Amino acid sequence: MTIADISRRGLLKGTALLLGTTALSRIALAQDVPAGGRLIVAADSEPKNLNPAIVASNGVFFIASKVIEPLAEASYEGSDGLAPRLATSWEGSADGLSVTFKLRDNATWHDGKPFTSADVAFSALNVWKPLQNLGRLVFANLQAVDTPDDHTAIFRFSKPTPFQLIRNALPAVTSVVPKHIFEGTDIAKNPANNTLVGTGPFKFAEYKPGEYYRLTRNENYWKKGEPKLNEIVYRVLPDRESAGAALEAEEIHLAAFSAVPLADLDRISKVDGIKVISKGYEALTYQLVVEINHRRKELSDLRVRQAIAHAIDKKFVVDTIFLGYATESTGPVPKNSKEFYTADVANYNFDVKAANELLDQGGYTKGSDGNRFQLKLRPAPYFNETRQFGDYLRQALAAVGIDAVIVNADAAAHQKAVYTDHDFDIAVGPPVFRGDPAISTTILVQSGTPDGVPFSNQGGYVSAELDKIIAQAAVTVDTAARTDLYYKFQQLVVAELPLINVAEWGFITVARDTVLNVSDNPRWAVSNWGDTALQS
Amino acid sequence: MKRALLLLRRRIISSIPVLLIVVIFTFFLLESASGDAVDAYLGSIGGGDAALIKSLRESYGLDQSVFSRLWLYLSSLVRLDLGWSVAFNRPVRDLIAERLPNTLLLMGSATALSFGLGSALGIVAGAKPGSLRDRLLSIGSLIIYAIPSFWLGLVLSILFSVKLRWLPIAGIETIASGKSGLPQVLDVAEHLVLPVGALAFIYLALFLRVMRSGMAEAWKLDFVLFARAKGLSRSRIVLRHVARNALLPLVTMLGLQSAAMLGGSVVIESVFAIPGFGRLAQEAVNGRDAPLLMGIIVTSAVLVICVNFVVDLVYAVLDPRIGASEGRA
Repeated sequence: MTIADISRRGLLKGTALLLGTTALSRIALAQDVPAGGRLIVAADSEPKNLNPAIVASNGVFFIASKVIEPLAEASYEGSDGLAPRLATSWEGSADGLSVTFKLRDNATWHDGKPFTSADVAFSALNVWKPLQNLGRLVFANLQAVDTPDDHTAIFRFSKPTPFQLIRNALPAVTSVVPKHIFEGTDIAKNPANNTLVGTGPFKFAEYKPGEYYRLTRNENYWKKGEPKLNEIVYRVLPDRESAGAALEAEEIHLAAFSAVPLADLDRISKVDGIKVISKGYEALTYQLVVEINHRRKELSDLRVRQAIAHAIDKKFVVDTIFLGYATESTGPVPKNSKEFYTADVANYNFDVKAANELLDQGGYTKGSDGNRFQLKLRPAPYFNETRQFGDYLRQALAAVGIDAVIVNADAAAHQKAVYTDHDFDIAVGPPVFRGDPAISTTILVQSGTPDGVPFSNQGGYVSAELDKIIAQAAVTVDTAARTDLYYKFQQLVVAELPLINVAEWGFITVARDTVLNVSDNPRWAVSNWGDTALQS
Repeated sequence: MKRALLLLRRRIISSIPVLLIVVIFTFFLLESASGDAVDAYLGSIGGGDAALIKSLRESYGLDQSVFSRLWLYLSSLVRLDLGWSVAFNRPVRDLIAERLPNTLLLMGSATALSFGLGSALGIVAGAKPGSLRDRLLSIGSLIIYAIPSFWLGLVLSILFSVKLRWLPIAGIETIASGKSGLPQVLDVAEHLVLPVGALAFIYLALFLRVMRSGMAEAWKLDFVLFARAKGLSRSRIVLRHVARNALLPLVTMLGLQSAAMLGGSVVIESVFAIPGFGRLAQEAVNGRDAPLLMGIIVTSAVLVICVNFVVDLVYAVLDPRIGASEGRA
């Protein structure tokens, strides 16, 4: 079973499925697509730092991944789900103390200088490890990078580091930047962070704040025959309604990351010349999670958490809030991660009666107003769906006698309230699964995170057993044993419910029919678009 | 001319404490909002660890006390330095210089259109108060006034951009077109039709109603009765006596509306993806970007003071009794 199969199962509506297969047949044509043209894409934000080696986030990758490349990219067909980019092969040592990368020998920087292992060593030691939001974790034990020749880089770790983790982290955390531009400068403040120089198929040409980013073709790209396009223009469209209208008016060719609201997809899929594609986000799965503050007496009681899990109708959430463009979660690892996912976990089916019984057993009796107790509910403001789920959760909890009071806030206030002040009882969060549970999943339940760290265990949940498994997995070099530990991890999390996973979703791309080779890898929107083309 | 300069000097001196109060008030207002620039940033990049967060706060000076930050800001403001935007990682002055012209163009065109057309229609309506055309115009203007500008903007763009394809859907000019000179001017003008239309439409109704009621008032005044008794032609009475008199409150309102329109442009700029001042303000609030927001507010305050100054000058021209006393004081 391929990653694509799993993601599509029970996830798509009929129309989207049909259109998805159209997209697949396009991929078969990859060899003989026309070259040239300007692709115009909707962008809904302008990152203040465009350097993906420093800020590993989808908003940055969306633009920067066409200019600056990682060592490897996610792939539907490649072994371990990877395709080579700047590295042609990678191998971990048995003791977990080193990883050897063979690098491409025909890549050059956009300013003409050759790409060598010195660039990789510099990026790893001076950028990913000290500065990058995710690299700081993945490369915490990176001690040195040996460069025996120009096309070999050997990463040396001070403690055994699982090769599985490094491998899974390659697409997101290993964007290589040129040493000759950043060396000896204050890297975080270097203006080159916003006028990127990379090895990718496109060169950074121009940024007009508030209007557009323009990338142009790299004539000397290492992969012959690519890129197909002459230019990519990212047009800044902050209003979501106008992205759909701009597609219809043929002013843009493509809107990724669900820039067109889900509610409009049904209508826009019927417009001539427009296709709706849900493929291409399998490696960027977002999770809809109920975060729980375990400092609250009632919520520290497992029966209450189980009751809440039983009170949530996941199918209703998927069908109504996500309009079918999501899938029900069983635990903290999404189904798309075939390497780690296990279905062998406890199941809390939708059962209001069971929920009420559990609460009664716990001694939380209903008062004269029908309520057992009150909770402060903070839905994260990042997506329409997280806010809508907040409204749903309030109703679902009311059905079992829990009175949830919704407190809405903007991003900054939400971050501070939940992750610094712990001023919540339950919150709705959208963490991202980034290929390996060690990157941003275990932090959701591990104890001892300092205050203020976003998307972490700020509910104060403590389980010695869970912490032990997490710590063990962090140093287990053997891939099978490590995977096994993460199976246990999932089982324990679902049994104990430090948080409740409700649904998982990828985004939707809406594109004109003239755009070819869309969504041909599991991180398509944030990959290099070398083979993307425009039908003239 | 000398009178105007004196008036200007007086205005500048009196507006300094106003600006200072505005700045301090805004600073504490933003301070009282939960979360800071680093919180907002972390949300947008999907997180980071504790040490990274600490170093970010240090580099933005957010680890310092409220008062030392305010003092730092005020002392740089005295040197006309607007500071560094946290959310955009660029100097506030550059951001404002980039965005202000777009908003001025949008607001200026919309104000000119709504004032011109609104007062003209107001004259038509007020020329014969109570007549059928007066009633139709009054009811029409009420309906227009009740329409939210964002909705009007969306409807206009669906009709003229998506369905008819007559006009561009968004932006201030064709992106990366390489146009310059007259073609560029025409291109920008084409892009402005829908947003200016949407913004002007709402205010048009307001100007129409004020003009119309001013005229209805004026008909009852003695000098109009006298003019009629003299046997002057109706069109002369309407234009020279009634309309001119009714124009005064309209000019006052123009000054007040310039501030309101600055707010209204937030929505229109967002719907039509125009990189303007309103959108910048919205992004500054979302990013908890105190220096940027304050730069915007100071600039807006200066702008409103300038507009009101011009309005006073116009007022003085229309009614010589008004400016005279201020000039002497």
